[in-house]
Amino acid sequence: MSRETPIETVRLEPIPASRRRAIERSFRILCTTVSLLSVVLLVTLIGAILFQGLPRLSWNFITGMSSRDPSKAGILGALIGSALVCITCAAATLPIGVATAIFLEEYRPQRRWLNVLHRQLELLISNLAGVPSVVYGLLGLSAFVHLFGLFGTIQEPFFEIGVRRYHQYESEADDRMILIPAERDGAATAPVAGMTVYTSDLRSFALRTIDQDAPRVEDPKAARRTIRLGTVGSPTRRTAWYYLRLPFGYTVLAGALTLMLVVLPVVIIASQEAVRAVPGSLRAAALGLGCTRWQVVRSVTLPSATPGIMTGAILAMSRAIGEAAPILLVSGVLYLSSVPKGLMSEYTVMPLQIFQWADDHEREFADLAASGIIVLLVLLTLMNLSAVLVRQRAQRRLH
Amino acid sequence: MRRDWLLAGLMTLSVLFTGCGGPKPLDDSDLDSGSTDPSAAVSDLQGKVSYDGSSTVYPISLQMSEEFNAKYPQVEVSGGLSGTGGGFEKFMAGTTDLSNASRPVKKSEIEKGVEGGIEFVEVPVAYDGLTIVVNPANTWVNQLTVEQLQQIFLADSAAKTWKEIDPTWPDEQIRLFIPGTDSGTFDYFKEVVAGKEGSIRSEGVSTDENDNTLVGNIAGEKNALGFFGAAYYFSNKDKVRAVPIVNPSGDAVTPSPETIENGSYAPFGRPLFIYVNVKSLERTEVRRFVDFYLENAPRVAAEVGYVPLPAAIYEAARRNLDTGRTGTRFLDASGEPRQGTLEEIYGSAETP
Repeated sequence: MSRETPIETVRLEPIPASRRRAIERSFRILCTTVSLLSVVLLVTLIGAILFQGLPRLSWNFITGMSSRDPSKAGILGALIGSALVCITCAAATLPIGVATAIFLEEYRPQRRWLNVLHRQLELLISNLAGVPSVVYGLLGLSAFVHLFGLFGTIQEPFFEIGVRRYHQYESEADDRMILIPAERDGAATAPVAGMTVYTSDLRSFALRTIDQDAPRVEDPKAARRTIRLGTVGSPTRRTAWYYLRLPFGYTVLAGALTLMLVVLPVVIIASQEAVRAVPGSLRAAALGLGCTRWQVVRSVTLPSATPGIMTGAILAMSRAIGEAAPILLVSGVLYLSSVPKGLMSEYTVMPLQIFQWADDHEREFADLAASGIIVLLVLLTLMNLSAVLVRQRAQRRLH
Repeated sequence: MRRDWLLAGLMTLSVLFTGCGGPKPLDDSDLDSGSTDPSAAVSDLQGKVSYDGSSTVYPISLQMSEEFNAKYPQVEVSGGLSGTGGGFEKFMAGTTDLSNASRPVKKSEIEKGVEGGIEFVEVPVAYDGLTIVVNPANTWVNQLTVEQLQQIFLADSAAKTWKEIDPTWPDEQIRLFIPGTDSGTFDYFKEVVAGKEGSIRSEGVSTDENDNTLVGNIAGEKNALGFFGAAYYFSNKDKVRAVPIVNPSGDAVTPSPETIENGSYAPFGRPLFIYVNVKSLERTEVRRFVDFYLENAPRVAAEVGYVPLPAAIYEAARRNLDTGRTGTRFLDASGEPRQGTLEEIYGSAETP
């Protein structure tokens, strides 16, 4: 196409050599200044953050949980939360993103109206990449956290697997609980002497009971196994590692899927670029040898597009890990007693934790925010570095 | 090569499954080791407590959560700070057990909970003083009345310069820095200054959700005026100056723990609350958390930078909890707001 456009002829006025050189020089100075300016700005920012944050950056900070005491506060909960969300998000985004890109690039329809539709789809996806992430947060809140309200509520889910219900009773020993399995419908089972009950860490024993007005049980071992009749239990539950519930609620899974919405357009576009960059001659050769479309995609297009796809994916994940706005809506949690343990745990992420520290009225927390930023920056640098490495390695393998 | 991976995977799986195999019986030797173990002093109560809401109350709740977890390490507490309004939204949907609030619950919010059968107990936990601050270089403003604040902040009044409020003040533009409209702090200020119907002007006002940014902005601008919670002022006394506010009895009062507690810093002293879902209170862990909260509120409130309430109010809150008295005392039976200070409302009595 470009060959057909006529080349415009431009008549250059003769400019004295000294002036040309002056223009050349000033242009170079302009470029250097502008780039230096941005570098200086960046170095100042990073310098300020390092200056403020390094003194408090320690192993205790990495392994500590959220705390009111600045010397004890740490980022572990948020770090694990970010990692869990990011990994889950990648696992959900990559297959969908790459498949969409391959569909858009490799399966271009022949019919005209389908082709128009196809182009609209591409336009739509590039538009989605520009939607502010907080909008996806709102979408994620109703779509994933509440499943549009179609499947019960978070308290009374429509579907649950991997959960056992108990009622928790105070035993006669101080601060020791006894668990009695609940009835099938979740109602409390009345404590009866001799029934099999459990300790808090689910070890079984035979229950003893005493009357409401009986004297205290002196022997601590016996007290540990005894419930005073008339004690009221309260419902509690234990979940297995494969626990799943619909709707998802404010969990890692809902957060990861919401972030998937945020980064999916980016991944699709990056993967499309990568697939498009595979020389057509390779495809033509494979097709000429009698390969089917699937074989071409599997053994020609995907292997040569992998470096580009991986780079795009890792950069998209770096974006996901830095997002605060959508997570504020679909998690909003900041204090957690323990680190999130699975996809169905509540969680918090590093940008939220940093935001909260920066907002605190005690100034020590501003330093902690800086330390948090350092950890986040290191993580982001590592991810970007791995993007570079992955690309280099994959490229070397191809040649 | 591939077979190795398969083998490794199978081994991991088998370890996992034996790890979570059936419950082991409890034997007496376990109890022996348990009684000498120092960790035996802590409870093995398990469960979940969740709260969300005001970022002003959050520091109190955070410290409570930490101390509670030291005693009850197996209870999973999760806390958020979506703002008073955002917190009530979750609370009235039944998602959270407790809601932190820097103002009393609104009628419209209660109505949202009615559909889902949400009932709650109101527990006041501390006082906070809303502080009106200026730049230290501002030498002319020595006190402000609520009327003057109305001149500055109301949408339909047009005091843009200091001179328009007081002819002796300089003819320079006032720069306003205030918290975002989602915060309970903004709501409270609006209610005192603009009332129910009025609105705070939005032109020429910089809002920021981050109170430290507000402090920074006011400290950097000679003609600045703004407001935020007293805790932020107490920890930034060297950067900004609090303006004494003329109270209803005509005295200009500077915010301090004493003036906030004795009620002379009016009308900008405000109570902070937690609201507790009655249904959640049936769970032992929530009950213990709320008891713990109420017991330690005076000490923690002071530690965090707020002002403890008079003992009588904590007692009234405790009675509310024990008797399961639901609803807010800030609305009367017909749903109309009741006037008066916290002490009047809580002290007066057992109005139904």
